[in-house]
Amino acid sequence: MPVIKVDGKDYEVAEGGNLLESCLGLGLDLPYFCWHPAMGSIGACRQCAVVQYQNEEDTRGRIVMACMTPVTDGAIFDLSGERASGFRQTVVESLMVDHPHDCPVCAEGGECHLQDMTVMTGHRDRHYRGTKKTYRNQYLGPLIHHEMNRCITCYRCTRFYRDYAGGTDLAALAAHDHVYFGRHREGTLESPFAGNLVEVCPTGVFTDKSLVHDYTRKWDLQSAPSVCTSCGVGCNTLPGERYGRLKRIHNRYNPAVNGYFLCDRGRFGGTHVNAESRIDFPAQRDSEGRFQALTDEACARALRDRLQGKRLAGIGSPRAGAEANLLLQRLVGAENYASGMADDEHALMQRALAHLVNSTAHNPSLREIESADAVLLLGEDLTHTAARTALALRQAVRNEAHRLAEELRLAPWQDAAIRNLAQDRRSPLHVVCAGSTDLDDIAAGHYRLVAADQARLASDIAAIIRGEARSDGAAARIAADLLAAERPLVLSGPGAGSAALLDGAAAIAEALVAAGKAAMLSFTAAECNSMGQALLCRDSHIALAALASTDAEVLIILENDLLRRLPMASVEALRARIPTWIGIDCLENDTLARCDLVLPAAAFTETEATYINQEGRAQRAFPTHPPAEARRPAWRWLLDLARAAGDRTLSGIGHFDDIGVTLAGEDPLLQGIASAAPDHSFRSRGLKIPRQPHRYSGRTAMRADVSVHEPRQTDDADSALAFSMEGSATTDRPGALLSYVWSPGWNSNQSLHKFQSEIGGALRGEGSGLRLLDSLAVAAATPAPLPEAFSRREQEWLLQARHHLFGSDELSRLGSGIEALTGRAAIYLHPEDASRLGLEAGDGAVIAGAALEVRLDPSQVPGSAGFSTGYPETLALRSGEWVNIDVASDWQRQPELIGSDRGAAS
Amino acid sequence: MLRSLISQLRTLGTVLQHSFTRAETVEYPEQKPYLAPRYRGRIVLTRDPDGDERCVACNLCAVACPVDCIALQQGVREDGRWYPEFFRINFSRCIMCGMCEEACPTAAIQLTPDFEMCEYDRQSMVYEKEHLLIDGTGKYHDYNFYRVSGLKIFGKDKGEALNEEPPVDVKSLLP
Ligand code: SF4
Ligand code: SF4
Ligand code: SF4
Ligand code: SF4
Ligand code: FES
Repeated sequence: MPVIKVDGKDYEVAEGGNLLESCLGLGLDLPYFCWHPAMGSIGACRQCAVVQYQNEEDTRGRIVMACMTPVTDGAIFDLSGERASGFRQTVVESLMVDHPHDCPVCAEGGECHLQDMTVMTGHRDRHYRGTKKTYRNQYLGPLIHHEMNRCITCYRCTRFYRDYAGGTDLAALAAHDHVYFGRHREGTLESPFAGNLVEVCPTGVFTDKSLVHDYTRKWDLQSAPSVCTSCGVGCNTLPGERYGRLKRIHNRYNPAVNGYFLCDRGRFGGTHVNAESRIDFPAQRDSEGRFQALTDEACARALRDRLQGKRLAGIGSPRAGAEANLLLQRLVGAENYASGMADDEHALMQRALAHLVNSTAHNPSLREIESADAVLLLGEDLTHTAARTALALRQAVRNEAHRLAEELRLAPWQDAAIRNLAQDRRSPLHVVCAGSTDLDDIAAGHYRLVAADQARLASDIAAIIRGEARSDGAAARIAADLLAAERPLVLSGPGAGSAALLDGAAAIAEALVAAGKAAMLSFTAAECNSMGQALLCRDSHIALAALASTDAEVLIILENDLLRRLPMASVEALRARIPTWIGIDCLENDTLARCDLVLPAAAFTETEATYINQEGRAQRAFPTHPPAEARRPAWRWLLDLARAAGDRTLSGIGHFDDIGVTLAGEDPLLQGIASAAPDHSFRSRGLKIPRQPHRYSGRTAMRADVSVHEPRQTDDADSALAFSMEGSATTDRPGALLSYVWSPGWNSNQSLHKFQSEIGGALRGEGSGLRLLDSLAVAAATPAPLPEAFSRREQEWLLQARHHLFGSDELSRLGSGIEALTGRAAIYLHPEDASRLGLEAGDGAVIAGAALEVRLDPSQVPGSAGFSTGYPETLALRSGEWVNIDVASDWQRQPELIGSDRGAAS
Repeated sequence: MLRSLISQLRTLGTVLQHSFTRAETVEYPEQKPYLAPRYRGRIVLTRDPDGDERCVACNLCAVACPVDCIALQQGVREDGRWYPEFFRINFSRCIMCGMCEEACPTAAIQLTPDFEMCEYDRQSMVYEKEHLLIDGTGKYHDYNFYRVSGLKIFGKDKGEALNEEPPVDVKSLLP
């Protein structure tokens, strides 16, 4: 390892890095703006200047940019000398010449990298007496607020938005010192990753719009390590709360999963917990069928009356934590417990699980997905079903660029040079999907086929790789690309609704391993704990459809809206069959409306839970704040139910950690879930870990309107975290307990490097969840029959689900700002099909009773019809069904707005 | 021995002497002492010279407060101004240190020479914005944060704040 001399001291540093990275890694404070650990260096901001000397005799030295300077053995640098620090100070001063006097009304203030760097360089007094340049802001949609005056032209935004995330509608516009970072015209930012600008931009140009309108400074936010519950990727998040409201969600670094970035569904969808439709009190139906709120005692009595000596059945939920599901399963018995996924989805997830466990191909983490050098994506519109994975694929296709760079011995952080070198050369990505996808722009090939044909293509590709077949069509091209790679990745999922497709994906990965490749196989999962439910029910399970034929007297429904899983008629039949329904959930829905007794559940920011992501990684989420009113974590309600039902084993459980201790036994799955994070007895330097930063303000006034006598802080007996600012917030606390990132002098999220053992590497405290599938045994799946090739019908259309990042997920669609982006549920038709039906874009069409807006899409396979899945209007529609399409008679066309105009007035 | 006797006598003399000087103590509350305008007593929220609320809800006073007795919530008014939706000071905790005033970037929060705030009921020491906001500018008469800040508000467009150029025309290529 090279040894460099900085300020007269020798340091050993990692090979191949740049000086800035190395200094930060050594704990030396060196200001910077444009460098980003995930995006490398371009040397644009000139902030990281240091003086480099040729040798010991050289006394003059020269100023170099640390981020562009490779560390070489024996190099001599001066970081804190007058020349280097004076230069850095003038750089900040010149950036500040035009800076508005905004800090008090800037949503970045208090976590502003520019503030930090200004203080760090020591610039204090403004010498410039001239006028300031100003800009007009743009409306960038309901999620992101724009304040262009605050820009320091570091180019991080466009480098992230365009280069890293593949967006096209944000650019550096205008000329000379008028550079403007915005869109060619006002309108909603199109990239599903635009929210990351809030964290990537070192200033307050891009801020979280809903936060700006209900603002709280970072130092006043209570936060705890959490996991995104909006899809199956399981990105790590840091929700911030104040006055009982979720204010914002920030990224929480996990090197193996989301790294530095989230998708916008995860970032902005969480505010559904503030929705008006939250349930605050337990209630039961009175004789007239109206819900009446219950006191604690009345609720306990009602539970006893309804549960004692009754035969129970339970429906779990892929959006509830593993512990609550496990308790319900134990309470009602595994043979009376349904996973809560729709029956077809349940079967697909079981199949995916079986393939992941039994395949010889590697089941990769998200970080490993980024290392793939050829990718086959089967049947998933990934940007809408597992957005963060799509962002990972955008990095995977750059491996060709990195290979070329390696040939020229260019360091991987030389971002601009590598992009120039590679131009449009990418590692191959083949996308097989029912319509166009948001990854088509980087795909080597895209193939629009309905699910049945996708499965047939997959089976052909596998046969070609095995050498059993030959063709010169698409299958051969894809097979050749996969075979030419070293770490090919096959990615599929339940999105297309085809079992044969999953088998095909597994067969391809298997064949690639047989061909000597380090192949990877991955499947997406629709919800945050879908994989957990597949695992929990891997041995026994009752189908939702079969519940109606049991003799259960009480049905307990855990955080699940059955109308999203079952046809209305089946729900009604079930309701008629089982006399008592008890529902536990956080937001009003149509299932709760059918219950006899409703228990208010804590939302994901109020409860401890373990979620198992698509990779089989168990990750613990901790409550950000205690639940308000009579809301309680679902696992606590289930313990109450167990007590009311007289269940001896479960009644003994008092604390969250006891669930694992009591129930895990020899089951490696449950043991894994229990050890996903340090338990409640963990102490850092003998102390609990605070959720509130040490500058948390207003403690003696927040609740003084209610009573001037301050209550004591809520105790958290269930975890090692405290609802307090007291405790030990060291930079080496376990990653699973990282409640906020802050370090002296580093108030922004850039302080993260203080928590990492190396830049972009593992956290100093370790802990990025626990992979479970490596140590489990699951029976292999019986191969699904290969479906018939698709042939269109005269009067009927084959339905194919289309997922929407904003809208298809049950809860995130209620996030503030997101409602405005979900739009109407739509039906997608090939233009020729539409004209045959006499429909035009914007018209209404009726499918199985649902009136949907018609959109024309030339990428739709003729004879098939895509529909917005997961929308309240389309819950009755199922992928793979044949339907008639009629013209809606009294349809109101939406006024001619292009998407970007939506809400432009606000 | 002799020395300590002299010391005793001198002390007695000094005490005696004070019987003839003017008393410093005043007959409070009938008689009120003069307190300088910068005396640190009851806290108020002031208005800018145009009569609008000065506080922009930046939270700096709250974080500067060593006893954490200030709590507020920011909101955005229709005209674009940030303002406190609620602003609460728990005077039963306040130590009148003046840190909030020092931290305030808009001269909104100011301490006044009024110290007579005793209450029988501690709960009455909790002041909300309606109790804190006064009609004048307090000690600082001229400062108006929004005339300096770059934020666009109703009646002050981009480029109209102090020392600002009109907004750049991003479509122009002229130097
Ligand atoms: S970007 Fe930073 S320095 Fe600029 S106004 Fe906002 S908080 Fe202040
Ligand atoms: S908008 Fe932010 S990220 Fe973009 S150049 Fe300006 S300061 Fe940098
Ligand atoms: S990719 Fe999924 S888990 Fe990650 S932030 Fe987006 S919705 Fe959440
Ligand atoms: S410091 Fe001043 S402007 Fe900021 S919140 Fe306090 S009173 Fe308002
Ligand atoms: S960080 Fe080195 S030049 Fe910007």
